[in-house]
Amino acid sequence: MAKGSVQIVVERCKACGFCVEFCPTHVLALSSAFNAKGYHTPYMVHPEKCSGCDLCGMYCPDFAIFGYKQPAPPKENAAVAAPPPAAEIKEDQDAR
Amino acid sequence: MSELTELTPQNPVEQFLRMDRIPHIWCPGCGIGTSVNSFAHALIDAKIDTRNVAIVSGIGCTGRVAGYVKQDSFHTTHGRAIPFATGLKLANPKLNVVVYSGDGDLFAIGGNHLIHAARRNVDIKVVCINNLIYAMTGGQTAPTTPNDVITSTNPYGTFDAAFNLPYLVEAAGAVYVARWTVFHVKQLARAMQEMFAKRGFSFIEVLSPCPTLYQRRNKMGDGLDTMKFYKEVSKIRNGASTKDVALTKSGEITVGKFVDRERSDYRELMHDRLLDSLGDDYVETEACSCQ
Repeated sequence: MAKGSVQIVVERCKACGFCVEFCPTHVLALSSAFNAKGYHTPYMVHPEKCSGCDLCGMYCPDFAIFGYKQPAPPKENAAVAAPPPAAEIKEDQDAR
Repeated sequence: MSELTELTPQNPVEQFLRMDRIPHIWCPGCGIGTSVNSFAHALIDAKIDTRNVAIVSGIGCTGRVAGYVKQDSFHTTHGRAIPFATGLKLANPKLNVVVYSGDGDLFAIGGNHLIHAARRNVDIKVVCINNLIYAMTGGQTAPTTPNDVITSTNPYGTFDAAFNLPYLVEAAGAVYVARWTVFHVKQLARAMQEMFAKRGFSFIEVLSPCPTLYQRRNKMGDGLDTMKFYKEVSKIRNGASTKDVALTKSGEITVGKFVDRERSDYRELMHDRLLDSLGDDYVETEACSCQ
């Protein structure tokens, strides 16, 4: 199960591509669909990789996307979700 | 998954924005919105009372920040953001006054106000979004435009020297001087947080793309290409001499915290002097209240 997810407000997006480019785990891609203003908005092409770090949210100039951590899974899934820190350290380095 | 939809996570930035005014007018690929994200995160992390934060903006693309941020905010006349902020701070010293404006507003028409506020060390925090051009009026040459750049008023390339903003502001007397680009979102948020803890004239220069006028005319790609360019050419040098951090069209961009020093601010000096001269007749500014 993915550690995080993103929410996208499609109609606010202007398709600058910052979130797609700077996502540390390459979760996002620009879709072929249009929003009402004619921009190709991003979607989650690899939702399972998302760590919920919200770097996409920090880069988005239009406040159209943000990441959030999934709530802690029930016990039987705890082992699967156990190794989280590695991805987080990586995304910090990427930001520098 | 049904649990998740019930929780409906909120964008942490939205609490600081007037959402009825969003979507904003900034172009696709413009970095001003990104800097506002960093600012909002700095407000969250600095753990200060946001009811005591006032944002003052001048005119220009960046001047619109005051209209989009849900704080006490002033959208002032062109170039006069700093005089408004100075008055605000002196009248109500408990406010955290942030001037959020562009390079044209702060250094061209408002240049004189800026250097004098820095000289007096008025306790205001200045965030200058530098897109190297007058963006809102159609891409004319600004005092910050580097050499050999094509603008609408210099179609054969600029040839006059540009301001080196950190050098100028340090020489004028600022206590905190840093430069980041909008690519460095986390560092920028941290710098803004440090700025809130600082007493005195603090200044952060934020380099931001202007894909519509600057990058397009100079064949430098769009906003995303500029972000990649920032990633490639910026070097973090904390404590670098501000003399050596001038910007060129495609050369290295030195980023980091350049100056962090202590100086008595304007109110302290005024307080000491007046207390010295007037003694018991002196009434503290804090004693006056508008509530």
